[in-house]
Amino acid sequence: MTQFTLNLIVIGLSFALYIGIAIWARAGSTAEFYAANRGVGPVTNGMATAADWMSAASFISMAGLIAFTGYDNSTYLMGWTGGYVLLALLLAPYLRKFGKFTVPEFIGDRFYSRSARIIGVVCLLIISITYVIGQMTGVGVTFSRYLEVSNSTGLWIGAALVFMYAVLGGMKGITYTQVAQYIVLITAYTIPAVFISLQLTGNFLPQLGLFSTHDASGMAFLAKLDDLVTDLGFRSYTGHHNSTLDMVLFTLALMIGTAGLPHVIIRFFTVPKVSDARKSAGWALVFIALLYTVAPAVGSMARFNLTATMWPGAQTGDTFSQPAVSLEAIETAPELQWMRNWQVTGLLAWEDKNGDGLIQYYNDRVEPTGELAQVIQDQGLVGNELTTVNNDIMVLANPEIANLPGWVIAIVAAGGLAAALSTAAGLLLAISGAVSHDLIKGTLAPNISERTELLVARISMAFSILVATLLGLNPPGFAAQTVALAFGLAASSIFPVLMMGIFVKRINKHGAIWGMIAGMATTIIYIFVYKGWFFIAGTNMLPDTPDAWLFGISPASFGVIGALINFIVAFLVSNMTEETPAEVQELVESIRVPRGAGAAVLH
Amino acid sequence: MSDRTSSNAYWQANLRIIYICIAIWALVSYGFAILLRPLLAGIPIGGTDLGFWFAQQGSILTFIVLIFFYAWRMNRLDAEYGVDE
Repeated sequence: MTQFTLNLIVIGLSFALYIGIAIWARAGSTAEFYAANRGVGPVTNGMATAADWMSAASFISMAGLIAFTGYDNSTYLMGWTGGYVLLALLLAPYLRKFGKFTVPEFIGDRFYSRSARIIGVVCLLIISITYVIGQMTGVGVTFSRYLEVSNSTGLWIGAALVFMYAVLGGMKGITYTQVAQYIVLITAYTIPAVFISLQLTGNFLPQLGLFSTHDASGMAFLAKLDDLVTDLGFRSYTGHHNSTLDMVLFTLALMIGTAGLPHVIIRFFTVPKVSDARKSAGWALVFIALLYTVAPAVGSMARFNLTATMWPGAQTGDTFSQPAVSLEAIETAPELQWMRNWQVTGLLAWEDKNGDGLIQYYNDRVEPTGELAQVIQDQGLVGNELTTVNNDIMVLANPEIANLPGWVIAIVAAGGLAAALSTAAGLLLAISGAVSHDLIKGTLAPNISERTELLVARISMAFSILVATLLGLNPPGFAAQTVALAFGLAASSIFPVLMMGIFVKRINKHGAIWGMIAGMATTIIYIFVYKGWFFIAGTNMLPDTPDAWLFGISPASFGVIGALINFIVAFLVSNMTEETPAEVQELVESIRVPRGAGAAVLH
Repeated sequence: MSDRTSSNAYWQANLRIIYICIAIWALVSYGFAILLRPLLAGIPIGGTDLGFWFAQQGSILTFIVLIFFYAWRMNRLDAEYGVDE
């Protein structure tokens, strides 16, 4: 059976499963459409949240980000998990007790202001739309890579699938497909990781393999990896190289950004009780940690395998104890077939610059020292000859590098699609809820019946899918940069306003509105000053380098400062203006205690 | 919520638990994994040091324990103050 047939079967089976769930879990009311009738158990919701949260970026890109930077990029691991502690302690139980359907709805009620609600909707739309573009592009890329169709065909197939379960089932359909998608994606991620860890360290748990002995050389694996990469002129894997301040701020920005993402928050509206919301955040993190504790092992081991493929001597002894891999081996050896496969996609490229028939991989961006300088001189090297190594290859090519059977490759393909589709569906639900519930029902046409609202919700879902697909087909050039924007906005606008709404009764509508505007505006401006206005290349007013950043704070970390500004402005403005009305203070009192959450409030 | 004082005492107790959990949350991630890593450099673990382990494994595991601890402790607190569901 060819690899293509295998991919087709595995992906086809996973899709049949999602469609089956879609037909079974149709939504009959707005409570089902927006919040799965609040009948989702904490473990099920935890699993759905994990799939909702772990996007194509977590699945495909994160291990590569860690692989090529090492310790410094631990920020992603801590930042994207630590946010769940904030969610569980500071937001989820209280918002569940509040018992409504959307995040802007809480902002509007707590700050007794339609303007505050609309600002909440604007933040939500910017965050979720920028995020969904990346997911849709991910669907297209994965399809085209594994099923030999064009990017746009793949995208339309993915959109049709999301349409089926999201429009029919709303939150209910999305929840149960996300559970299925979680199982597919975690299986796909773990199998190659277990094999690669067994091969290198003899330890079948990648989390332990990372800290155990590299079998072939007898050295501690991480020490061996450090030696190998520093021999080739790269920065050590376990060392700390970047600014400490920025590392702290970036981690914090990812954490509070995670806690402020609307599509994650609304998942906690689906559980029956307040105590379930707390527990469910714990389960979500358990399921997320299954991938996040494996990712650093995948990253470091795949980097080792790739580098040792280029310098075969490193497998057992010193890096330069044998010559580099030959061009002939790369082009003909059966065990290096994967290099030729990935060359076609452009994610991997090599060039024998000095014409010696060998491909030498090293860091040519720094002044070489020690043995490397000698090797460069002896072999007449004129530059690094492994010219392209894309981050994403660390996960995508992992099964092939480790020589795993074809069905594992097919499962990885289905896993990548599951990760992208589940996150896209969650985002689309947040978008369509904001449009139908906050804008149409909440502002433009408050008198529509529940049946009409359900229809409106379905139409806005279909419309959101169409917009997301069109944006995915023609992604704006700045798509990759917008992640910083999405997290920065969630951190600087949504997280602070929700937290203050629950914990500080004194914050009134003026404080909330001006706080959100100030936090959001400073964050956006800071990002645009360094990344270019509206991300248009060349319009940045200052170079995007650590020397030019204010106090060395990178644009991606600035959400923390934006959040701080939001808090300060909200406190100052609230103290200068009226006391929060008594009935709103009562509302805050009531969301602070769990009792009474069972009686879901319906407008 | 029976009366103001008990709900206030409940809220104060909740805040105390949150402060403790947040302190541990910050200690393992910003502390052990980043700022205090040089101090932990003397404790070797599998080819690197304890700070690296906290950055890539330990902090995440601690986060999980923290959330379940908070959920368990709050269930008890809810029952003590008669505000459970």
